[in-house]
Formats: sequence, C-alpha cells, structure tokens
Amino acid sequence: MPEIFDIVIVGGGPGGLAAGIYGSRSRLKTIILTKGKPGGQASTTQELENYPGFSRGTTGPALMEAMVDHAKSFGTEIVREEVVDLEVEGETKLIKTKSGNEYLAKTVVLAPGAEPRSLNIKGEHGFRGKGVSYCATCDADFFEDLDVVVVGNGDAAVEEAMYLTKFAETVTIIVIHDEGILDCNKASAERAFANPKIKWIWNSVLEEIKGDGLVERVVVKNIKSGELFEMETNGVFFFVGTVPKTEMLKGKIDLNDQGYIITNEEMETSVPGVYAVGDARVKYLRQVVTAAADGAVAAVAAEKYLAEEEGFKERVLNAKEPVMVTFWSPQNESSILAISQLEQVVDEYGGAVKLVKIDTYRNQRVAKRYGVKTIPSVMFFHGGEILDLVTGNLTEEEIKTKIASILKIN
Amino acid sequence: MTEVDKITFEEEVLKAKGFVLVDFWSPKCEPCKELMPGVAALAEKYQGKAKFCKLDAAANKRLSISQKVLGLPTIVIYKDGEKAAEFSKDFAIEDVEAKLKELTS
Repeated sequence: MPEIFDIVIVGGGPGGLAAGIYGSRSRLKTIILTKGKPGGQASTTQELENYPGFSRGTTGPALMEAMVDHAKSFGTEIVREEVVDLEVEGETKLIKTKSGNEYLAKTVVLAPGAEPRSLNIKGEHGFRGKGVSYCATCDADFFEDLDVVVVGNGDAAVEEAMYLTKFAETVTIIVIHDEGILDCNKASAERAFANPKIKWIWNSVLEEIKGDGLVERVVVKNIKSGELFEMETNGVFFFVGTVPKTEMLKGKIDLNDQGYIITNEEMETSVPGVYAVGDARVKYLRQVVTAAADGAVAAVAAEKYLAEEEGFKERVLNAKEPVMVTFWSPQNESSILAISQLEQVVDEYGGAVKLVKIDTYRNQRVAKRYGVKTIPSVMFFHGGEILDLVTGNLTEEEIKTKIASILKIN
Repeated sequence: MTEVDKITFEEEVLKAKGFVLVDFWSPKCEPCKELMPGVAALAEKYQGKAKFCKLDAAANKRLSISQKVLGLPTIVIYKDGEKAAEFSKDFAIEDVEAKLKELTS
C-alpha cells in the first residue's frame, strides 16, 4: 500500500510553504512538491521590504530560505518534483510528476504561482537570454555600465528598475501613461523620480526589439502621436504583470476567464478536498504576505475537512449497526423538530439503530456529495451502503416502518 | 564539473574535441542554483560521453557576451568548439537531457 499524505502541496512559494508550516504543525503528514528550489517568485526579488516584521534590508531569497527552514522544522517534507498532472475527483487524489512518480493525497493545496507575462512583441522571444530578461537579479550583472530599458510601471517594474541602476549606466522606463503617472506605490515612485540614472519615456509602448545575435536597439511607439522611433539599448527587462501557471488544471478545477483559480474564503476550489493559495488564485492583492495568509487558511480548512471526512467514515460508513443520517440546519425550524422526533424514536430501539446528525450550515460537503437538497432529509446507511434517502418531514409511523424494514433486511 | 573562466575557457571548451556542456550561472541567479543539482546529476550520467563545465557569468562577463550569452540560466552544448545546442531562461533539465541523448547517441 503506497503511503497517503494528508496534504500534498503543489508549489513551494510563500503560499505553499505557509500551508506546509500550518499543516505539519497540526501533525498532518504534509509534503511540498516544488519544481525548483522552494521560494517561488519571491526568491528572485532582491528588494523585499513590505513583509511585516522584516523591513528594509530583507531580501526575497533570505526571507524564503527562512520560510523553508521553518516548514522543515515542523516536519514538512520538501521534494523537488514538477507536477504535470492531477486526478482530484475521488476521495484519494493522485498527483503525477514529470519524473514519473505518483503521490497519493487526502487533500491537495494548489500553490502553482504565476510567471512573468510575455507581451509577444517582435523580437521578445528570440532575444530571451540575449538581452531580453524577466529577472533582474539573474541578469543585472551583465549590464554593468550598459544601458537598459524597462517595460512596465507597476511595483515590480519600478522596484526592479531601481535595483538595475546599481549596475546599469542608465535605466529607461517606458510608461504607457501620461507623464508622472505610475501604477506603482508612492514610496517607490518618489524614489525612482529622484534617481538620476532613471530616464522616462511617457505615453509609449515597446514595438520591436532588434539586434544581431544580441539586443542592440528597440523601437518605441508614442501612443498619442503614433510616432515610432528607434533607440539604442543593450537590454530589455519586462515587468508587465504575471499569468497564473494553471494550464494543467483546466477542465479539472474551476478557473476564471484569465485562468486564475476560483476559491471561496476558506480557499476551497470547486473540488472537495482541493484548495488553492497564492498568486494563481482570484484575489485582490498578490503579495508574499497574502500568499502566506492563504496558505494558513487552506491548511486549517484542509485539517477540518480531514476531521469531518474521517468522522463520517467512522460514525457512518464503518458503523456495524444501521445508521440514519439526518441533515438539518439551525435556521430551519422544521428540521430542528424532526431531529428531536428522530432522537425519541431511535431511543426506543436501544442501540440497534444509530442516529448521526449533520448540520448543513457548517458542513455542506456531505449533503452535496449525496445529492441532498432538501432539509430535513434522512439517509439510511448500513455496512457503508446507502439503503434509502427520504426527503421532507416524516411521521413517527413512517420512521418506524422504515427502521423495521431495514432491520428485517438485515 | 570543471569550473572554467576567461583564462581556461578557450582550452577547455573551444579547443576541446567532442561534446562540452557549459552551465552559465551566477551566485545571484536563483533559477541557476535550482538547476545545478540536475546538471550535476547529468554530469554523472554522461561521464565519458560529454564534458561538463560551469562558468560564473557574472565574473566572466565579456567572455559570456562573446558567447552571446546575456541572460541566465543558460546552458550551451558545444561540439568540437562549435555551439550544437543552447537553452536559455525557460527550460527544464529534462529538455537538456533529451538533447544530450539525441546528440551523443
């Protein structure tokens, strides 16, 4: 029998690592599968100064290394494996990796993250690694005393441009907006405006990248006048947002039109027992701190799911005696009456029949699984099999007839 | 893996007969560090079939640029001193292995 993990986390960024910390700290058997070194996008961000408690001087790689150590200290296993396929429908989920390994899980936390968006500008693809870059920490060294162009004007673009000025002679930021308008936070904007190495081209977009083997020139287009002009540069850095890495989840889990995973407040996806965290999720703010928060929520929700599933198995599916599962809700008056009536009836059989109550306000999963839409409803189980489903209120007589017929069968 | 630099590159790579794989990396490049254990494993596996070298591109900038490498991670496979294959940025170690297999078989 291969081992079954309580939680398999797909992705080792801050969301996955936080889920690992919370999961293994709750003594759940937790494993993180990560394509490369854990840390995610944060580990390629040198300047990271907004994670609470870690102020200026903290680097992305250092913070992520601390998170990795933290997760390991509670017993999270971290394995370098690229997940390529998942089967999530059943009670036990199957996760397949590129190396051909398979992992079994009771719950899955998806933390695939996002990757830099490509604009598909002419020359962008061909000059990758030849002057076109999406990673300042990887490539800034090459551009010492050279000139580079940055495309984008959000937090990442402006902050990475500042980092690039430590190496490059000039950093020219191409901004689509009117002069002075940036999408980034005000603190970064002020520092960038004060930096003498940063030059600005407003109302413009990058049209083409040219060169012979390496980047030599770019064509810039003014969107107001439509005018095109060429400028010499040695490198082009793109920071124009990210796209979620959710291709392999299509058709398996509900995604929105942009490919982000849809979850609720508990990080539950459209599939029971599968959670999603971090940048690949539909959310308002994509930051290290919000990814970590998602991870904590998902691990706690997964823990509750495991407890409920185990409980249902133990009390209903594995019970020796016939079990009546009644679905009720504290907001539904008639379901409350039905429960007290059922309790009285069951008492008369002195343990020959068991009653299990499921509060559908707190746990909708079991009701959904068995297609129970009306409250109150009663399901009859024996030996793990469903014998009957009765919806609506029952009279005492009807209950007794049902029980009698079941006890006779058995 | 042999560490090469601007002094040894010519001898170890460009003048070498057969296949030489060069892993261009730098201490600040996290994706490069992610890749390295995989490259080391390939070096073991392809012992005798290809020589494996690594080059700190940050410390050997001119050399890297002369090899038209201006972004990390980059892996170049040379055959008799000529580029036979090149991987840059978004590639997996499995892609490198597939190419190696093809070239050396």
